[in-house]
Amino acid sequence: MERIFMKGCEAIAETAVRAGCRFFAGYPITPQNEIPEYFSRRMPEVGGTFIQGESELASVNMVYGAASAGVRSMTSSSSPGISLKSEGISYCASARIPMVYVNVSRGGPGVGSIQPAQMDYLQATKASGNGGFQMMVFAPATVQEAVDMTWLAFDCADRDRNPVLILCDGVIGTMMEPVQLPELKSDVELAAIRESKRSWAAVGHKLDYNNRGWIQPGNWSTAVLQHQNEEAAALYASWQKNDVQVETCYLDDAQLVVVAYGISARVSRSVVEDLRAQGKKVGMIRPRTLHPFPYETIAALDYGRVKRLLTVEMSIPAQMLQDVELAVQGRCPVDTCLASGGNLIRKQQVRAALEKRLG
Amino acid sequence: METNLLVAGFGGQGVMMLGKLISYAACDNSDKKITFFPSYGAEQRGGTANCYVVISDDDIGAPVGDRMDDLIVMNGPSLQRFLPLLRPGGNLFINSSVVKEQIARDDLHVVAAPVTELALEMGNAKVLNVIMLGVYIGYTEVLGADLVEQTILQKLGKKQALIPLNKEAFARGIAIGEAARA
Repeated sequence: MERIFMKGCEAIAETAVRAGCRFFAGYPITPQNEIPEYFSRRMPEVGGTFIQGESELASVNMVYGAASAGVRSMTSSSSPGISLKSEGISYCASARIPMVYVNVSRGGPGVGSIQPAQMDYLQATKASGNGGFQMMVFAPATVQEAVDMTWLAFDCADRDRNPVLILCDGVIGTMMEPVQLPELKSDVELAAIRESKRSWAAVGHKLDYNNRGWIQPGNWSTAVLQHQNEEAAALYASWQKNDVQVETCYLDDAQLVVVAYGISARVSRSVVEDLRAQGKKVGMIRPRTLHPFPYETIAALDYGRVKRLLTVEMSIPAQMLQDVELAVQGRCPVDTCLASGGNLIRKQQVRAALEKRLG
Repeated sequence: METNLLVAGFGGQGVMMLGKLISYAACDNSDKKITFFPSYGAEQRGGTANCYVVISDDDIGAPVGDRMDDLIVMNGPSLQRFLPLLRPGGNLFINSSVVKEQIARDDLHVVAAPVTELALEMGNAKVLNVIMLGVYIGYTEVLGADLVEQTILQKLGKKQALIPLNKEAFARGIAIGEAARA
């Protein structure tokens, strides 16, 4: 298959088009501008719609509308812009609207910096808006993985009728790598996908006042709303059983285990490989889905042998650390190796942190 | 085998395009893993610009390595800033039209090429990056010159009139690089 050299943001946008995304609305912010820029050129070619909204809030609600009409739809932003979208994301989750959005995250909090960071972990995985809804969160570590996860995200969103988030740090979004792209879905396939949403989406129905469908972000009946939330909770629980994606290496004999995702994971992985070549007993766990989180993989470690875990994150204070500690349950210490504010995690920093603990 | 390259200069010198052309050529003509990572800052024309290119037989961890094997500097400030990153025995390529500073290290291979002057001589200041690309390829042979030329013509050849210009610029660079290696 042909290798194309693409930037992360552009590869995500092209993959979305190939997966059948025909509506994108967004608002500019660094370092994700290449996503809307790409869509602005590409959407007219496939009969799709690109809109630069007047704000983040407007654009996320345009996606709410388009997805309600059964069209695969997407928005994207970067950290502070994602916060602005949170109302619309919560509305989509409440109304059970399938949509995909991308956070090409940068330094925070606040306006932060425009350089890459991983400071939105807790927001992404625990509370991307009010009301306790949850989403699947994918964390690509290569541009190819950003492609594969974008493709899958649309399927998961439709399967679950729920928003799906691709949490992509600024490095993955702005770097270029060779990728292989999936085939463009045909108009026939897209029509079938849209038709499959007939039971709830506004895909064209006969006027029938007695059997009206409702797409609404809430319900005035507390009993109905509780029922909807119970159904959502069951959906969220199913992910932990069926949808965890995790990559592990050298766990058979590791005494020191790194846990890292996204760009931090690929930097850490190369250090782990270097240390392994020197015979050091290090291993690694890389969550590919941050929600559902691979609690079981971490919980199942042999704590007679594993003496310590090290989470590597581009966030200060550490955030994923909380989930790692939840899985470890005090059976061994969990240390951190961190960078923040837009500074990249460096190999030498990770190597020093590991060597210090290997003694 | 992994090669870490940093290309640095002023915005407008075609620094990003230089890094991308090497990456495109490697992507199209080899099975190697490649990353291209542009620097991000409040940078603009006349400000500093730089990009990191990694070409490797194995999976690439950090797209920004701790140590560079090759460093291409197109202006003085970049030399000061990035020279410490170059490993002992590494290759330093300098645009000697602009970089007048002494190289404060003697453990490097230094290839100096007056690419700004050469480009002006050729009648188009913009081709300095293509000349420097030629110098780099001619000296390191990290990729075949013919393959890189194909990529240059494909990416920069949308205007027919520019094809001979870029061809000549690249050939001039190759000659300088090969001569320096000899």
